[in-house]
Amino acid sequence: MLSLEEGGFALFLVLLAFACLIVAGKTFDQVMAFHASVGALIAAGGVFYIFKNYFDDGGVQIPQEIDGKPNYNLGPIKFGAVAAMFWGIAGFTVGLIIALQLAYPALNFDLPWTNFGRLRPLHTSAVIFAFGGNVLLATSMYVVQRTSRARMPGKILPWFVIVGYNVFILIAGTGYLLGVTQSKEYAEPEWYADLWLTIVWVAYLLLFLGTIWKRKEPHIYVANWFYLAFIVTIAMLHITNNLAVPVSIYSTQSVIVWSGVQDAMVQWWYGHNAVGFFLTAGFLAIMYYFVPKRAERPVYSYRLSIVHFWALIFIYIWAGPHHLHYTALPQWASTLGATFSIILWMPSWGGMINGLMTLSGAWDKLRTDPVLRMMVVSVAFYGMSTFEGPLMSLRAVNSLSHYTDWTIGHVHSGALGWVGYISFGALYCLVPWLWNKKSLYSLKLVDWHFWVSTIGIVLYITAMWVSGIMQGLMWRAYDSLGFLEYSFIETVEAMHPFYVVRALGGALFVIGALIMAYNLWMTVRYGEAEEAEAAPTGSLAAAE
Amino acid sequence: MSIWSKHQIFEKNSFVLLIGILVAVSIGGLVEIAPLFYLKSTIEKTEGMRPYTPLELAGREIYIREGCYLCHSQMVRPMRDELERYGHYSLAAESMYDHPFQWGSKRTGPDLARVGGKYSDAWHVEHLIDPRSLVPASIMPGYPFLAENELEIRDIENMLKANMFVGVPYTDEQLASAKMDIRAQAMPDSDAAYEFVERWPTAIVRDYDGNPEKVTEMDAMVAYLQMLGTLVDFSIYDDKANLR
Amino acid sequence: MNETYTAVAGFAQTWGLLYFMALFAIVLAYALWPRNGKKFDEAAQIPFRED
Repeated sequence: MLSLEEGGFALFLVLLAFACLIVAGKTFDQVMAFHASVGALIAAGGVFYIFKNYFDDGGVQIPQEIDGKPNYNLGPIKFGAVAAMFWGIAGFTVGLIIALQLAYPALNFDLPWTNFGRLRPLHTSAVIFAFGGNVLLATSMYVVQRTSRARMPGKILPWFVIVGYNVFILIAGTGYLLGVTQSKEYAEPEWYADLWLTIVWVAYLLLFLGTIWKRKEPHIYVANWFYLAFIVTIAMLHITNNLAVPVSIYSTQSVIVWSGVQDAMVQWWYGHNAVGFFLTAGFLAIMYYFVPKRAERPVYSYRLSIVHFWALIFIYIWAGPHHLHYTALPQWASTLGATFSIILWMPSWGGMINGLMTLSGAWDKLRTDPVLRMMVVSVAFYGMSTFEGPLMSLRAVNSLSHYTDWTIGHVHSGALGWVGYISFGALYCLVPWLWNKKSLYSLKLVDWHFWVSTIGIVLYITAMWVSGIMQGLMWRAYDSLGFLEYSFIETVEAMHPFYVVRALGGALFVIGALIMAYNLWMTVRYGEAEEAEAAPTGSLAAAE
Repeated sequence: MSIWSKHQIFEKNSFVLLIGILVAVSIGGLVEIAPLFYLKSTIEKTEGMRPYTPLELAGREIYIREGCYLCHSQMVRPMRDELERYGHYSLAAESMYDHPFQWGSKRTGPDLARVGGKYSDAWHVEHLIDPRSLVPASIMPGYPFLAENELEIRDIENMLKANMFVGVPYTDEQLASAKMDIRAQAMPDSDAAYEFVERWPTAIVRDYDGNPEKVTEMDAMVAYLQMLGTLVDFSIYDDKANLR
Repeated sequence: MNETYTAVAGFAQTWGLLYFMALFAIVLAYALWPRNGKKFDEAAQIPFRED
């Protein structure tokens, strides 16, 4: 018998495919026709997969345990890990291209699909949501299963979540290139992509909670707290910030329900907490599992992790308005945001200390294990950017830094240093575990990756610091007669050498990621296989 | 299923956690966002604000489509250098019909909040087609395709309707004639232009792209740029009455 | 500056502060309560339980 789950998903996907076909047939908007056709094809493919799978295995129940050991579901995690690596390289490369466009504008080619304005959201979405998102999905599915000692619920559900999420990325990314965007930074996808993500995200929440409900550990490990906060809060932010009225169901365009000053507040409440809950809480969960695991010692203080958790999620949510100092947002709101940003420094550093001190007594491992070194440096970068952030949220500092490349430098010290390195560390741990290999193909290559990309990061952020501050100072410079000293275009010209250095830093980071991809590929193909007895055959079978 | 019944007590714990998280993360947003809708001082009292004309609205959509907001802010801050460089600081009222807002967060290029009327139409057209022909050091991409693409007008009524639905005060008359008006504003010699001016007394009718053959995306884009920051009458705006 | 604003600000500055401190105290008490210590030590070991 087809199970309720399989039948339900099949029915849902069939209806979705028909709905997409109708939209594709009736719209005059070419992008909508393209996206609806893609949607119909993928939905139909999903139905085919469900039935093919059902007829292949005759509808047998997958055992929850094999020989008394949980039969972990690793297939979707493998998919997520591969997708993360793919999107990572794509996203870093697009970043390099747009960095070069700022240094050499001829590279825009004056075509719609290649101009900076369309590629920039592609870069940010690819690195944050495609690379970061797949890392979060993959690691969360792994961590919640291992720390609950239970298999994820459902046969189709985990696949629906991971594939559905990547379909969202595909629709969003191709949309940007074809000019479909609602212009809210880090929330550019239009209404239909947003709607799809909402469905996938609810499924993700149920999958995650479902695994926790099945757990055989009395405690919910702290990493899962962070993952849960990430999932729940992103749902709230996503829905509120993207509330929109479609121009028609056959149109890619929509009108956001918020306007002007309220929309600005909602957007940066969303924007800053996308940083706080997507790029921080989620990756802190990774830190709380992978750093202890790799260092082979429990987290420095579990008590601190609890205080860290509640303080962080409570305070972070307030910090958004510091993006709107001196704007038409009432001053009380931006002051409130800045105040909480300063307070936020404490829980952030609490987390950093907890991560770093987990290594106490095992510092020597930093010399021998480049993967652990990568994760520790990532936590150090976290500490650095969470110090810089509160600083930049002060009105006086912000009046100089806002609108300049200093902000871009700050974001990248967090993005490349913290999110990038902790993700790389987690993937370096995860790939041998998932594919049942004793260790990575080459630790030496990890070392190369580490040093090449670290030099890249340093070049990137120093170039942006110097040029950002220079830019801010030039804008407000006066000559002895009391006139503005520089025209705007002179400040643009002054940026050129720094844009070149920044692109160079970005190129090194891309090269590092390519080294990593090669290393992981070789690990999967040729890495030493673990001895037969240690390898539960069940997990391999279940990976199908 | 035995696993489920045995662990019901712990399921409860994850619900407690879930609710705790929800409570913790809701408060900040509520306190910071909700008052903006109720405190009357949030949006200043001004003279002159009106919704975008259909052509300007279409231009704004192109501005969004090409990602202009990624390099150009539309928010002048009240600082001496910005006031001198760009003009009066931006008011909340000036973006009250912007769904979504276009304040931006980065100035790779200059602020555009008050760019309206600063340059000629011909300058904008030339600059959009080939920025470096006018500003040799510019790093802006060129948008020559805007001058070639005919403006898509089939959805303009729905566009206005959606805006009305979220509170933009278009009149029924403006809605009914949207399809006519979107072309009329770029065709100064047409009969429709006379009717347009009656419906939109403060809007400007011009052949923005200098090409009388057709209404292009360039027409819409330049119409939008030329009205930015020009609506509020600052000669009668009272700074002190709107202190916040 | 209208009256609603002053009233709301006054409320937030007093009760809001007290509310934050109370919450923080609760979290701190929970985390540092001696009897919870064993529970936390066990929980910290979860990642190392192999199967």
